[in-house]
Amino acid sequence: MAVIGFAYIFLRNLFAVVMLSGMFSLTAAVLYVVMDAVDVAFTEAAVGAGIATVLGLATLGLIGVVNEKPSKRGFIGPFLVVLITGAVLINATLDMPDYGDPDAPIHHHVAPRYIEESGREVGVPNIVTSVLASYRGYDTLGEVTVIFTAACGVLVLLGRSRRRRPEGRMSGQDEGDRRTVAGDGEAAE
Amino acid sequence: MKQKAVLRVSSKLLMPPIMLFALYVQFHGDFGPGGGFQAGVIFAAAFILYALLFGVAQARRVAPGGVIRATLAGGLLLYAGTGVAGLLLGGNYLNYSVLAHDQVHGQHLGILLIEFGVGMTVASAMITIFFIFAGRGRSEIGETGEMGEMGERGE
Repeated sequence: MAVIGFAYIFLRNLFAVVMLSGMFSLTAAVLYVVMDAVDVAFTEAAVGAGIATVLGLATLGLIGVVNEKPSKRGFIGPFLVVLITGAVLINATLDMPDYGDPDAPIHHHVAPRYIEESGREVGVPNIVTSVLASYRGYDTLGEVTVIFTAACGVLVLLGRSRRRRPEGRMSGQDEGDRRTVAGDGEAAE
Repeated sequence: MKQKAVLRVSSKLLMPPIMLFALYVQFHGDFGPGGGFQAGVIFAAAFILYALLFGVAQARRVAPGGVIRATLAGGLLLYAGTGVAGLLLGGNYLNYSVLAHDQVHGQHLGILLIEFGVGMTVASAMITIFFIFAGRGRSEIGETGEMGEMGERGE
């Protein structure tokens, strides 16, 4: 993953960068499987490696730029910012409990209750599902709302101009169609 | 890409299993890894594959914008509505235990419904975003004249 990360920075060909981001997600998914987080790995493989790559390629096709121009600005300032932020983050991890430590606070808050009671209270064999959908239903509702809002944003920002363009040559019926679409978008917003 | 027979035939073979797998992931999420999010993305992948091969215009005829927008909002409404149903039946918001005669059945029903809502919203969101991204370039090329004419005929 580190190798892919460095290749990311130094490559100027955006097509290769999109492909690398897909590979990065795929290796991340493998890492999640190794850590027994199958649900997360599933999502990462589907969204990160699948949809994100396709969307990246579609964007490349849209903007028609394949090679990124090398930046003329110096890299010392951003490099220092990254270095300091990284150092602070690493410093913060020193206070965290060891990986897999059974005494870590995260294993003592609500997790034991979920693991012990889920079978009786929810009766769903996959505890991840029961936590996501039932115990943490609000969070998932929020996530779905975020996705809904994202799609609405794309519809409002990009969907409308796409409709307006060909309308000039077409009949009035299309115009009415477009107006209802625009109305829908605003209502959804 | 319409003339590539191998791609066309193999993707046609792949599409039904992809959709079936999405439904499996959707409804088997209670028992194994998976759930609405993953299923929605996989379901959308089938449409995206179709759009990549046969063009966005053709794919729009399979999945019209109005239907996609309806499922986009409908999924979220199904989720929120399940919560309201719990509220009306005397429980807390998003408490599924009151949805059926006993707690475990109610939870099963609630999870099934909200996961289906999640799947609907995620799938239609992905399809919408992809159609717009991929379709936008097309219509703009279509404006620049000759090349666009060819592009339109290609679809």
